[in-house]
Amino acid sequence: MELIGLLNYAVFMAIFIGIYSLLALGLNIQWGFSGLFNAGIAGFFAVGAYTSALLTAPESSVHLGGFQLPVVAGWIGAMIAAGLIAWPIGKVCLRFRSDYLAIATIGVAEIIRLVVKSEGWMTGGARGVNKIPRPFGDLTYLYSQLAYLALVVAIVFVVYLAIERQISAPWGRMMRGIRDNEDAATAMGKDIKARRLEAFIFGAAVMGLGGALFAHFNRSITPEAIDPMIATFLIWIMLILGGSGNNRGALLGVAVVWIIWSASEFVTDQLPTEYAIKAKYMRVFIIGLLLQLVLRFRPEGILPEPQGTADRPEVKTLQNQESAAK
Amino acid sequence: MPFMEFVNFYLMPGIVLGSIYALGAVGITLVFGILRFAHLAHGDLATLGAFAALGVVTIFGVSPWVALPAAMVFCAFMAIGIDKLFYDYLSERPKIIVVMSSLGIALMLRAIVQVVWGVDTETYTRGIVRPDDYWGIRIRDREIYTIIAMFVIVGVLWAFLQKTKWGKAMRAMSDNPDLALLSGVDNRKITMLTWGIVGMLCAASGFFLGINTELKPLMGWTMLLPMFAAAILGGVGRVEGAVIGGLIVGIAEETSVLFIPGEYKAAMAFAILLLILLVRPTGLLKGKVL
Repeated sequence: MELIGLLNYAVFMAIFIGIYSLLALGLNIQWGFSGLFNAGIAGFFAVGAYTSALLTAPESSVHLGGFQLPVVAGWIGAMIAAGLIAWPIGKVCLRFRSDYLAIATIGVAEIIRLVVKSEGWMTGGARGVNKIPRPFGDLTYLYSQLAYLALVVAIVFVVYLAIERQISAPWGRMMRGIRDNEDAATAMGKDIKARRLEAFIFGAAVMGLGGALFAHFNRSITPEAIDPMIATFLIWIMLILGGSGNNRGALLGVAVVWIIWSASEFVTDQLPTEYAIKAKYMRVFIIGLLLQLVLRFRPEGILPEPQGTADRPEVKTLQNQESAAK
Repeated sequence: MPFMEFVNFYLMPGIVLGSIYALGAVGITLVFGILRFAHLAHGDLATLGAFAALGVVTIFGVSPWVALPAAMVFCAFMAIGIDKLFYDYLSERPKIIVVMSSLGIALMLRAIVQVVWGVDTETYTRGIVRPDDYWGIRIRDREIYTIIAMFVIVGVLWAFLQKTKWGKAMRAMSDNPDLALLSGVDNRKITMLTWGIVGMLCAASGFFLGINTELKPLMGWTMLLPMFAAAILGGVGRVEGAVIGGLIVGIAEETSVLFIPGEYKAAMAFAILLLILLVRPTGLLKGKVL
């Protein structure tokens, strides 16, 4: 019995790691390869989750719906919707330094939260969308979980391969070129704005897919499903710790941070109630501190970006000093 | 709608809210202009300032107005400390890394507030204050003080930047850091000074938001977007621009209720931000574009 419980928990954790992996891979396209700062990951996640949920859920009196499309259509819809949200934002903000994109994406996540909360006719308001179909949902609990895990792993694998291929293609080299030296890339006639926009939309679509997988896994989605800031921040620390610019690093970071995060929850749950609530916030504090430490002592992450000698920050500083000395 | 009703229920609250945003936006514009990055922990530093003032009120039992200077000094030291502990080490790296670090600091500051003061809504004083009537304009004392304090604080800062040696050095750093360095401006001292001023402004904006509404751990974070919209609207690096921007964003938010559902009040700042970036990224008063 105990063993079954443990297995269930492990499978549950693994599915979450898979879903967070998609978010981290999406962020890696935006930040790791293109240097775009997206502080509104939770927003794109929510758009994907709600789009897929509404496209596939049965008819209901509390929210828009009754389309009952196949799940695959929901996922594709989720990716398109997240990409469509990213397009105007990128269009306006990518002309400037990434600081502006950071502020604007915080705004986007906030607006999406507002829309989800107040447009009850569409999203069901606080009650959210329920009875979302789940692939292999008819099997018994454990088999259903295992089947869903296999599905998530397969999707993560496909997305991983797609990104790896795209990044080693000329497009990927160009993106890194733009990230590392904008002036040189412009001089070579690259359309920087258009390329960045592509990367931003591509990344957002992958995040939307992550949201869709979450909604179908949970079978329901409500505005309280995730805390926007903490979810966004967790993805960031996962990517930075794992190694931005390296997809395998991103996946490793997700696993490491998610296990630390869940294990610390396990510990704080043992505390008496009055401390448990405070301990919850201490966890957030520690994860914030972890980011500061990684940024300061190991900015390239556990698995640094491959092949690069020239694009590592400390090398760049060194080069700057050299050129200054000349 | 009668004119006085518009003034009392939309314009005056807008000016009060705008003054609070203006105080924060001036700080943002200083960091953006002098240190050249978007400081995402600005709102949560304001929260910390507001709660620090609450701490002084509850421990010493003094009036909130006495607690304000204490909170400002406290936040000035906090800001300098954060810079020395975290941002300073990243100064050789791309600026966007500091932006990321500040996002982490935002979460850490909020966590501190939540651990020390809990998550409940607090107020400085209990009881309802009725607005007084001045020739048909209904306004509370604290609202008048908020507007006056904003102009006094910004006025002092403006005089400091224009007249004193240190103020001029700060403006020089903002205009051209390399040239300022060559002319003998001490980069590190200016950075410290900037953080001190920014911390004080943060505490003031948080305090005035708290005294006009309530204290919540998320109060500062929700102010972040309007404050950035105000700073960019006014022109990055322009102190007087930030005040104008703050007032415009505040009034726009309060009057937006006349045209759009109240839930979307918070969306106004975002709309203004996107519009100004689209039409005139230098802002109304021709600031910098990073």
